[in-house]
Amino acid sequence: MTIGTIDVIDRLAGIAPGSPLDLLRRRRPDGREHAQRGFDALFAPETEGEVTLVERDAVAAFVAGVHRDAPAAGFYAGRLAELAPGLLEAVRAEIEAGSASGPYGAYPASVGLAGEDTEGPRYRVRDPEALGVRLTAAFEHAHLLVFRPREASREALDALSRAGWNTPGIVTLSQLVAFLSFQIRVAAGLRLLGAAA
Amino acid sequence: MNGFTGEQLGWTPWLEPLAVDELTDEHREALVDKARAASPYFRLLAHDPHVLHARTVTDNDIFYNADGGLPRAERELAATAASRRNGCVFCASVHARFAAHHSKRPDDVQRLLDEGVGADQDDRWRAIVDASAALTATPGGLTPDHLSALRAAGLDDLAISDVIHAAAFFNWANRLMLSLGEPVKEADR
Repeated sequence: MTIGTIDVIDRLAGIAPGSPLDLLRRRRPDGREHAQRGFDALFAPETEGEVTLVERDAVAAFVAGVHRDAPAAGFYAGRLAELAPGLLEAVRAEIEAGSASGPYGAYPASVGLAGEDTEGPRYRVRDPEALGVRLTAAFEHAHLLVFRPREASREALDALSRAGWNTPGIVTLSQLVAFLSFQIRVAAGLRLLGAAA
Repeated sequence: MNGFTGEQLGWTPWLEPLAVDELTDEHREALVDKARAASPYFRLLAHDPHVLHARTVTDNDIFYNADGGLPRAERELAATAASRRNGCVFCASVHARFAAHHSKRPDDVQRLLDEGVGADQDDRWRAIVDASAALTATPGGLTPDHLSALRAAGLDDLAISDVIHAAAFFNWANRLMLSLGEPVKEADR
């Protein structure tokens, strides 16, 4: 897969050059360009830094999978299949185990919103041996951020830290999950807008 | 704290931000706005400067690009609705103030904070809040009916695209603010 030659949101939304949606996106040129640069910075970084490329693509395949958005799930599964085919089956099993509908969760006591708490599954990795310690912690944290972000906590970061994630690594992991939450929604929204035109 | 509020809140990180004197030129460029070096949130995100830079320029174009589309007030409304639905008290407070200021409709914004995304609104705000909340669901819940309601309320395709981008962007921003630290009352900082 060649990074830098395709615009991923265009690809996920099925936007062709010169189409009405393409022209629409170009009315917000900086947003269009930098959404792609965000993807490039996360998935084709100048240096791996504290998060390996395999970890990045594995978490992305999981996050896209639990969003149950077929183009995004297929795109990120395809990337993982190229980079680390041995992980694909394990990630598929985790996507199935992590199936949920969000957002839900309990607010921290400090914000005084207990009356709005809603229940939902608290996912734990089904096969930690297949993923290893770091990815197991990363998948559980990613699921927390995707489905019950209001429950994020200092303790959740401690769990990552115990699994070997340092501060820059946690920042990159958080950005990756958060960015995908944006990218998948923009693409899904534009796809719908294109279909309705 | 007592639920969602339009009052000014602080935010305190759970991880160590870069110190101001650790910031290199690359970090400062990633902050885009130099004044953000004072913010522990942005100095924490500066641990990954390329992604921070992309995040910030994307944010600025979605909310500040004044070339047609949705008025600023309603981009902020979409941001507030997404934040309210996800449960980001800090993000909701900031963007509720922007929405109230630009729309001059503080009571309607306050009702969104107090009662949530189902609170009564006029038809146009109803359509924007509903689309933003639906897009915020995982798996995504936006439907052709949401787009029809936005069109019926007078939004053209660029304005609808702005709703999509503003709500989607807060699904990025909420997850950073919620997971890397917590809101605090200004007086407690």
